[in-house]
Amino acid sequence: MKKSRRLSYGCLSFISFCVIIAVWCVVTYGGFVNKIFMPSPTEVWISLVDMAKDGTLLEHCFVSTKRVMVGWLWSAIAALPIGMLMARSKFFSAIIQPVIEFVRYLPVVALVPLTLLYLGIEENQKYVIIFLGTFFQLVLMVCDTVSSIDKNMINAARTLGANKLQVYTEVIFPAALPGLMDDFRLTIGWAWTYLVVAEMVAASAGLGYIILKSQRFLATDVIFAGLIMIGVIGLITDFLLRILTKLIVPWHERLGD
Amino acid sequence: MSDVKLKVSNLQKIFPAANRREKDVVALKDINLEVKESEFVVMVGPSGCGKSTLINIIGGLEAATEGQVQIDGKDVTEPGADRGMVFQGYSLFPWLTVRKNVEFGLKMKGVPKKEREQAAREFIKLIGLSGFENALPKQLSGGMKQRVAIARTLANHPEILLMDEPFGALDAQTRVVMQELLAKISRETKNTILFITHDIDEAILLADRIYVMSRRPGTIREVLTVNMEGERSHEMLVTPEFLKMKQKIMDMLWQESQDAAIDK
Repeated sequence: MKKSRRLSYGCLSFISFCVIIAVWCVVTYGGFVNKIFMPSPTEVWISLVDMAKDGTLLEHCFVSTKRVMVGWLWSAIAALPIGMLMARSKFFSAIIQPVIEFVRYLPVVALVPLTLLYLGIEENQKYVIIFLGTFFQLVLMVCDTVSSIDKNMINAARTLGANKLQVYTEVIFPAALPGLMDDFRLTIGWAWTYLVVAEMVAASAGLGYIILKSQRFLATDVIFAGLIMIGVIGLITDFLLRILTKLIVPWHERLGD
Repeated sequence: MSDVKLKVSNLQKIFPAANRREKDVVALKDINLEVKESEFVVMVGPSGCGKSTLINIIGGLEAATEGQVQIDGKDVTEPGADRGMVFQGYSLFPWLTVRKNVEFGLKMKGVPKKEREQAAREFIKLIGLSGFENALPKQLSGGMKQRVAIARTLANHPEILLMDEPFGALDAQTRVVMQELLAKISRETKNTILFITHDIDEAILLADRIYVMSRRPGTIREVLTVNMEGERSHEMLVTPEFLKMKQKIMDMLWQESQDAAIDK
């Protein structure tokens, strides 16, 4: 986007957030809502500051971010080759796609007891929850992205003497990269939504953990604080990924540009 | 006596019916053609006559139902660097610069970096795009992209160059410029070329020999030799010999389209 348009986009987004916070202030300070249902901005700020002061905020953020990123990375490492193979081989797709579609519909929450049974209460169980939440969607997105590569480019490469492996490394992978970066950005977001499920049982730290724990005490200020931290981390991740995408695939033209 | 570079014998292509209610589609029937070394052969025919199918089969991207394709006497069925192809849609690799696109085939062969760069530079000069080595395809016009596509294929030193309506997507002026460029390049490099078009002017301008195809099922209706002296340029388009040949081919194609209308 042109610089002037980027500026007005940024301004509008900023104003949008300000309006939401303004409404929040009016609704809470103005006494329109029960204190338990919605804490005021000051109360949320105080709980954030308290947690920051005793170091727990950093610990929770770090632990949760690590769980999401490791679980997601496992997804990505598995989804990439499997998704590519599914796109290129009807035989492989026939074998594996129905199974993936089946598991995709299973609610991850329902799988928690099984994961505890198989993996115990250590970190691996948390990573697997995140993995289960993202892999089955990501693999289908990768398959879709790879399938939509222009076949003429692959044909051109073959008539230039590329062998089967070269077609993958020199054409399919770079051609799919912009689409894959988008798939990654979207699924990292979904991975965060599984954080609470991952930290539901046998967790002693983490943003999901404190949100769940606060439920029992109706400490909605801590709930809000936790949610806001997740949202902020998410926005930062998204922003960084967009920048990374621009660096990795500078040649890509989006339809909107 | 020139050697025969490409020989297509008794080629047939049938597309099986999609379901029981429909009939099989015979796209190509009894195709026999030859392209000699350094010859520029053009296939011209009405829309839907199977020209693209034929060139895809020769290039190894599709399989024939019957018949053979031979390069230098050897059967070929898979795509390969010996049959370079240029398509209407350019199909440049958008993540590679002009130079890296042109180098692609050489990189696949394992040619060392310095040699590749040198070769690429020469072919980029040949197509008249010196100075654009580091441009990305998205920065190029249609005509420029097609030049890069041609250079990319030529740099790979194919035995034969297969071109499927490469100038179809370009505007009329650019098309003439590209035709003259291609004629000049083929004179200098002496590449063997098989070119498909529906544009009769283009066919006569470029060709040593012209194969005129019938409507579907596509067969060879006639083979004409273009006897024109000197460099091929747009000035020839209005000479009497040119117009006479154009008339002849137009009549043939007109008849084919009339017959097709009656069939319907």
